[in-house]
Amino acid sequence: MKYLILMQINPTVLEQLTPEQSKLVQDGHEAFMAHIKERGEFVGTQALADPSQSKVVRSVAGTPQTSDGPFAEAKEFLGGFYLVDVEDEARVLELARMIPDTSIDGLAVEVRPVMFSDLGDL
Amino acid sequence: MNPGPAVGEDLLRELAPQVLARLVRTHGAGQFDVCEDAVQDALLAAYRQWPADPPSDPLAWLVTTARRRYVDRVRVDSRRREREARGALLAHPLSTPPDGADPDASPADDSLLLLQLCCHPALARPAQVALTLRAVAGLTTAQIANVLQLPEATVAQRITRAKRRLAELGGDLPRPRDAAERLSPVLDVLYVMLTEAHHTTSGTPARDTDLAAEAIHLARLLRRALPNDPEVSGLLALMLLTASRGPARQADDGSLVPLDEQDRTRWDQTLVRGGVALVEATVPGAAPGPYLLQACIAALHAEAADTASTDWPEILALYGVLEVVTGRRNPTIALNRIVAEAQVLGDDAALASLDDLERQHPGLPRLDAVRAHLLERQGRTAEAADAYRHAARATRNLAEQQYLQRRLRTLRTP
Repeated sequence: MKYLILMQINPTVLEQLTPEQSKLVQDGHEAFMAHIKERGEFVGTQALADPSQSKVVRSVAGTPQTSDGPFAEAKEFLGGFYLVDVEDEARVLELARMIPDTSIDGLAVEVRPVMFSDLGDL
Repeated sequence: MNPGPAVGEDLLRELAPQVLARLVRTHGAGQFDVCEDAVQDALLAAYRQWPADPPSDPLAWLVTTARRRYVDRVRVDSRRREREARGALLAHPLSTPPDGADPDASPADDSLLLLQLCCHPALARPAQVALTLRAVAGLTTAQIANVLQLPEATVAQRITRAKRRLAELGGDLPRPRDAAERLSPVLDVLYVMLTEAHHTTSGTPARDTDLAAEAIHLARLLRRALPNDPEVSGLLALMLLTASRGPARQADDGSLVPLDEQDRTRWDQTLVRGGVALVEATVPGAAPGPYLLQACIAALHAEAADTASTDWPEILALYGVLEVVTGRRNPTIALNRIVAEAQVLGDDAALASLDDLERQHPGLPRLDAVRAHLLERQGRTAEAADAYRHAARATRNLAEQQYLQRRLRTLRTP
């Protein structure tokens, strides 16, 4: 079963980390990636640029219009994701607990089941 | 047999598991990983050499080549050589029947041996599926990656890890109490492949390699090995009957068409006949196992022209037996029983049973979809709309979601 692990980022929380904590987070993500690759559970991962770099294209009176900034202003936003393929929900939650963010107050990951996937000609 | 210049891929796929089984029989299942690597080496060599120099006996050629590669691989790895020495202790017969190991075991026995190893209960389900597709169905890593929609490196890693795990286990299969316990992981893995095929391919374009077809192919192999096992025959029949509905279960827009709305003239009649014949040949005198019972239910649906002329009392009775033999642990079976209950005992009784089931299993998938149908039939439109809305939100199947949203729209604009 495929799940998307969405990493909810809060820049204020990240700014307050000590250099050591910051390093732990970075190393933790590397170790996490190595782990899910070794287990044959890795599908893909992406880190996203800051929402200040976003453009939003939305319909205004039936016509697409482009504007600057994120879809919704929020303190927390989607910073990146892991796409994994695992045996069941218990396993994906186990994985989520291994992500360093989930040991830092103020950060969180959200786990959602994938309903359809087409990754092209693999 | 001459594979011709193109090297018959089908032939190699058919022979690969037989070659692997022979090596595993010789060297013990504790050496499964080395044996599998050696078979892959031999297949590669066949691709390269056969076009110029086709062997007169392809199987013998592959076995000889794989055995040589096995020895090479063991030689270059001293750690493995040590394990080989210890492995002598483990080279006991694995899945062979009580009358003893037959060195010239048939391809059917080979399939069974490999299936049992690949579906070893110590492996996680995704590992069992990947390894079975590789070692028994003979798919390449790339084909498996395509079927499962995973990166090739991930599938390769999954298979490597699974083989290593089998090696760690020393090839010991757990001591089952009876044939049913020995087989049930194999049957479950094959069945998961079929349901997974329906789940993941809904709404997507057809792929080169069809997981449902692979599952059926494997079930046929298994039945060749165990022609008298009612659960094996039941599983194959269930698969054929499920697959027969394939053309009718998807609307033009990709959404799911439920059983009662399907155009049954579009069911694949060859598959229907095959499934029904298998059920009829198996049932007399057989102990009713879960797969055979589900096949019986599918056969009753297959034999009816429509929902109205379906033998619902018989189906309800069969679900009752199914609940008993599965120890009432499977709420999905209970949900299906309630669908039959509505036809036999009426919607009110079924709605009450749904409430009971929901209390025991909150959030059970498809429960709200069943409830929505019953409420709609009762003319309780507002409640039905709520239930459809809940069901559409809760499902993890895109085709089912599209179907439920369509029902919701129809309800709003009668």
